Amino acid sequence: MKVQQISIFLENRLGRLNHITALLGQAGINIRALSLADTSDFGILRLIVDQPEHARKVLEDGDIIFKFTEVIAVEVPDKPGGLARVLAALTDASINVEYMYAFVEKAENAAIMVFRFEQLTRAGTILRENGFTVLTNEEVLAL
Amino acid sequence: MDYFDSEDQSLPPEQLRKLQTNRLASLVNYLYENVLFYRNKLKHCGVKPGDINSLEQLQDLPFTIKEDFRDNYPFGLFAADLEDVVRVHASSGTTGKPTVVGYTKQDIDLWSRLAARTLACGGGSANDVVQVAYGYGLFTGGLGMHYGGEKLGATVIPISSGNSRQQLQLMEDFNTTLLCCTPTYALQLLETAREEGIDFHSLPLKTGFFGAEPWSDSMRQSIEQRMNIDALDIYGLSEIIGPGVSSECLEKQGLHIFEDHFYPEIIDPVSGQPLPEGEQGELVITCMTKQALPLLRYRTRDITSITREPCPCGRTFARMERVRGRTDDMLIIRGVNVFPSQIEAVLLEIEETEPHYQIIVKREGTLDELEIQVEVNRKLFTDAVKGLEKLQQKINHAIINTLNLRAKITLVEPRSLKRHQGKSQRVIDHRT
Repeated sequence: MKVQQISIFLENRLGRLNHITALLGQAGINIRALSLADTSDFGILRLIVDQPEHARKVLEDGDIIFKFTEVIAVEVPDKPGGLARVLAALTDASINVEYMYAFVEKAENAAIMVFRFEQLTRAGTILRENGFTVLTNEEVLAL
Repeated sequence: MDYFDSEDQSLPPEQLRKLQTNRLASLVNYLYENVLFYRNKLKHCGVKPGDINSLEQLQDLPFTIKEDFRDNYPFGLFAADLEDVVRVHASSGTTGKPTVVGYTKQDIDLWSRLAARTLACGGGSANDVVQVAYGYGLFTGGLGMHYGGEKLGATVIPISSGNSRQQLQLMEDFNTTLLCCTPTYALQLLETAREEGIDFHSLPLKTGFFGAEPWSDSMRQSIEQRMNIDALDIYGLSEIIGPGVSSECLEKQGLHIFEDHFYPEIIDPVSGQPLPEGEQGELVITCMTKQALPLLRYRTRDITSITREPCPCGRTFARMERVRGRTDDMLIIRGVNVFPSQIEAVLLEIEETEPHYQIIVKREGTLDELEIQVEVNRKLFTDAVKGLEKLQQKINHAIINTLNLRAKITLVEPRSLKRHQGKSQRVIDHRT
């Protein structure tokens, strides 16, 4: 139920984001979801791509500093209060969200959100117990 | 303990001081009589032959600097007639003329003894086979250790540097026990051994004597482990004599300075004033006993500190720590002397690998600003902003503790291009 995410270190300098997205683009790798965390000095680009292992090679060859991390992708009902219901289930179980962002694609009648928790496995179990659909890595790659 | 020249190296401190005082007094007389350059300098300071009767007077005597060699090129600083000079060496000057040094027969004998002491510091004796892989020629490294090995009575292999395959073959066939080369050449030998499938753990090699360039303790650990040897730091410079100025013993707690011949001082490189024991500054050496080229207070431009704490090995000579940097690289930021090597040491400790960094100094209004750009590597990178901010703080605190200066720490991506441009590229000073 865990999904592979690529976290990339970005120095705060003109053109760095462009450089990395261009590297992936030239290699035919498609970005399915992304978020950018930034401070005044540096940023962390987090990506979910359609060909993670190919991306690993491209980034290594490009001397990019990155790490593979695990996240959870959840279907969130596409209606008012949908996200709040997901978060309520997590809050009740005292699970803290480190960060979250949304997929570009949609499942039928649901948005797909990416979550990062400290207690990743436990969070996944709680969400499933509460009736939410947690996607597998294969399901995400097939989107 | 009994080793080569052990009696001289374990003189009680008061006897050593007495010997040094006498030798300094003779040196001043000798220079006054034989070298015009020094006679003028000493006259200028109001010092006459016979005036010196204590080591404390040394700090009133003039310095000698590298430029003095250039100004008196080629033989102007020699105190002996060329007729008595049996050897010259020269180091390639990066700017202008080479630095030329000369030796009489007696000087060569002294040098041989001091290089033999160096080998004995690492446990060497007449039973050893010494492979000298320093370059032979105008450079002092090769011939210096060569004569040292012969003086010790060891078997010397004068292979010089290069030709790594042959080096390894002779090491195997001749059962080399002591290796003399630069630390980078040791790494090269390891690389070739790996390619050739040679395992150093199956060779009888015991000790490496590595010098002539700066290296680090982490490099020592790596070489020792991979070569299965003790790797010792040795120090020398041709202006003083060549290899044989100071050497680590097997305790590896600093380099014993052969101060019965070379009197060491540590000075503030800016003010020229002597610094107390233990403080880092520029190493100054007075070369007391040579005939052809004795020197008064030669400024080595190497940064180190000296301790006189007794060493378990029994040698009573002062020890200098591994050379920390060069005064040429020194920066003065908000009145504080900063050496890039200090910053490097801080980063090395935090990163546990060879750090890549750049130092940028700016002046904002009247205040100097220090920025250290640190390349983030795979190991340091974490997915969380918090983790990277923690790293910045950690570096910042370590820099404040070491330099007493606040610096802006910027995390940057690796820039492979700047890697090979050498040390000077490490510093960008926008104030000049």
